[in-house]
Amino acid sequence: MKLRKVTELIAEKFLMLCSSVTTLTVILIVIFLFSEGMGLFKSSDIEEGYALVVNSENPVSKLSPEQIMEVFDSKVTLWSEVGGNDEPILLFRLNDLPAYFTEEEMGDELQYVPQCIGQLVSKEPGIIAFVPKMYVDSTASGIKVMEEGHIRPGDFFDGKYWYPTSQPAPLFGVLPLVMGTLWVSLWAILIALPFGLAVAIYLAELADSRLRSMLKPVIELLAGIPSVVYGFFGLVVIVPLIQKGFGLSVGETGLAGSIILAIMALPTIITVAEDALRTTPRSMKEASLSLGASHWQTIYKVVIPYSLSGITAAVVLGIGRAIGETMAVLMVTGNAAVIPTTLLEPMRTIPATIAAELGEAPAGGAHYEALFMLGCILFVMTLIISISVEFINSKKIGRQ
Amino acid sequence: MKKMTGMQRKRITQKVAFSLFRLLSFAVVGILFWILGFIIVKGIGVVDWEFLTSAPEDGMTGGGIFPAIVGTLALIVGSMIVAFPIGVFSGIYISEYAGNNWIVKFIRIMTNNLSGVPSIVFGLFGMALFVNALEFGDSIIAGSFTLGLLVLPVVIRTTEEALRAIDDSYRVGSLALGASKLQTIRKVILPMAMPNITTGLILSIGRVSGETAPILFTAVAYFLPKLPASIFDQVMALPYHLYVISTSGTDITAARPIAYGTALVLIMMVLFFNIMASVLRKYFSKKTLS
Repeated sequence: MKLRKVTELIAEKFLMLCSSVTTLTVILIVIFLFSEGMGLFKSSDIEEGYALVVNSENPVSKLSPEQIMEVFDSKVTLWSEVGGNDEPILLFRLNDLPAYFTEEEMGDELQYVPQCIGQLVSKEPGIIAFVPKMYVDSTASGIKVMEEGHIRPGDFFDGKYWYPTSQPAPLFGVLPLVMGTLWVSLWAILIALPFGLAVAIYLAELADSRLRSMLKPVIELLAGIPSVVYGFFGLVVIVPLIQKGFGLSVGETGLAGSIILAIMALPTIITVAEDALRTTPRSMKEASLSLGASHWQTIYKVVIPYSLSGITAAVVLGIGRAIGETMAVLMVTGNAAVIPTTLLEPMRTIPATIAAELGEAPAGGAHYEALFMLGCILFVMTLIISISVEFINSKKIGRQ
Repeated sequence: MKKMTGMQRKRITQKVAFSLFRLLSFAVVGILFWILGFIIVKGIGVVDWEFLTSAPEDGMTGGGIFPAIVGTLALIVGSMIVAFPIGVFSGIYISEYAGNNWIVKFIRIMTNNLSGVPSIVFGLFGMALFVNALEFGDSIIAGSFTLGLLVLPVVIRTTEEALRAIDDSYRVGSLALGASKLQTIRKVILPMAMPNITTGLILSIGRVSGETAPILFTAVAYFLPKLPASIFDQVMALPYHLYVISTSGTDITAARPIAYGTALVLIMMVLFFNIMASVLRKYFSKKTLS
């Protein structure tokens, strides 16, 4: 008898342990995403192991990542534009070295390179040199190593440019990616909503059981098709259609992503909305009908208002599905990281960016950490969606 | 007279609205058949026995997809070994033991949250934990753990539903005969719920076999000359294979037929699991009714 009690207790504790795995996983996801992602704000804002060196006379001692990019893209050509003297900017990268010095001067094992760089920089008042730190002789006179900053959260969350591999300063601005994600997902829902609602109403109110038993499996199958197959279908069918239909040079656009995502979000919207419509009490519908309202009037004056919170939940869940979708979007939206202005241009979403770039980003580097930070943003977005659905549902229960 | 026109208008609006709903509903059915039909028509000529049993050749433009099929099967088995026991046990705990207190509410909220986490975030997480921190490397085991955690909420939910469908009188009856709670669950409840739990398992296999984003950085390789020898090896997988040969590679147009064939095999695999699940569900519900 005692043994049996002990076994019971052990079994219960064991089962409890198993049921804590999901909680544990959520916690671990948060820990890993944020601990890897937060590293971004500790990493240097110019490429790891490199330094920017200027003449010691130069009053500018710090440049923001965006300024650095503009300088090295020759968009800014005068020091006065970034707060310095009225002096043209002379760009210098390590591979420019042979243009200034002979092989002899650099030494056969490149051992004199630091001195060469020191000489050059102290001679040229307008120079900015992007060189490995190991080639910087900080004791040399006449040169100044620019202050190294960290990537600031403001640069990340409010940055308009996503150039993760640009040299010397990569730019990690998430605005184009966040905007791309929202554009593609919201349009997807706008496209899916009329279809989804119509099917839900048809299933809940109009279809007889024979039609229902035909439609339901179709919706389940639609939900079961893998996203990569949707992406492939979009790539070979939808993208060429859009390209021809709108006379575009490329068909990989936000619109293609929205259409594919709309199809993918349909099952979620239909199932949740249908369940919501079905919660309308029979007595309410019958009351409306007996007052002389037609079936359609009953649907849009009684059934839809009654189940509005459930329909809202369906929409929110559909958006959640669309925001997190990776492969299909990656394959059809064209992946240009610019802030979108119309649906007919290539766009890039957060999940697609992670999927496309994580393979090339060396583990532990700023790019890798930035992608984890994107994962954090995505996680927070879906968390907000889960919580709002929970909230909408709890309100519904409260009303009943 | 005026009243009549009002009635007529009412009838006409209703007719218009209802036909619109019917039209849109059939449009959705049409979309499914369009996608399926397109892939079947384009892929059917490519898929034959040789395609299924040989390795890719000529830089992905020839040969078959055998290693990808093997890889996907390995990932399915691995992820089910992870998800099935944990999922079923959690389902049992939530529905049979925990009652309706804050623990259950908390677990349920967390499970819901987990099922809402995008698959690419699972990919990031799997890479950080299994590939890098636990040093499994890109491998079957890392991919299986990642996919297993991804489908865990599905397994838990179906188990819970299967258990809740069983009438309380069975529990009370068994307990009244002197059986302990554990005995009741093992000998009475689980055998009755098993058919529905199995259906859930098959559905989650369908889900796992099509996932790409979670295995992108945890398990798959573009091309492997050899089949995996252990669970610490990388694999090829069908969904990733389809992604790679349709978007990148040496010659995309030459690889198109292979892509259609791969899409067809993948979709057939997923449909097979889905249809099997619904057939089983129908079969079992008929059996319990009689």
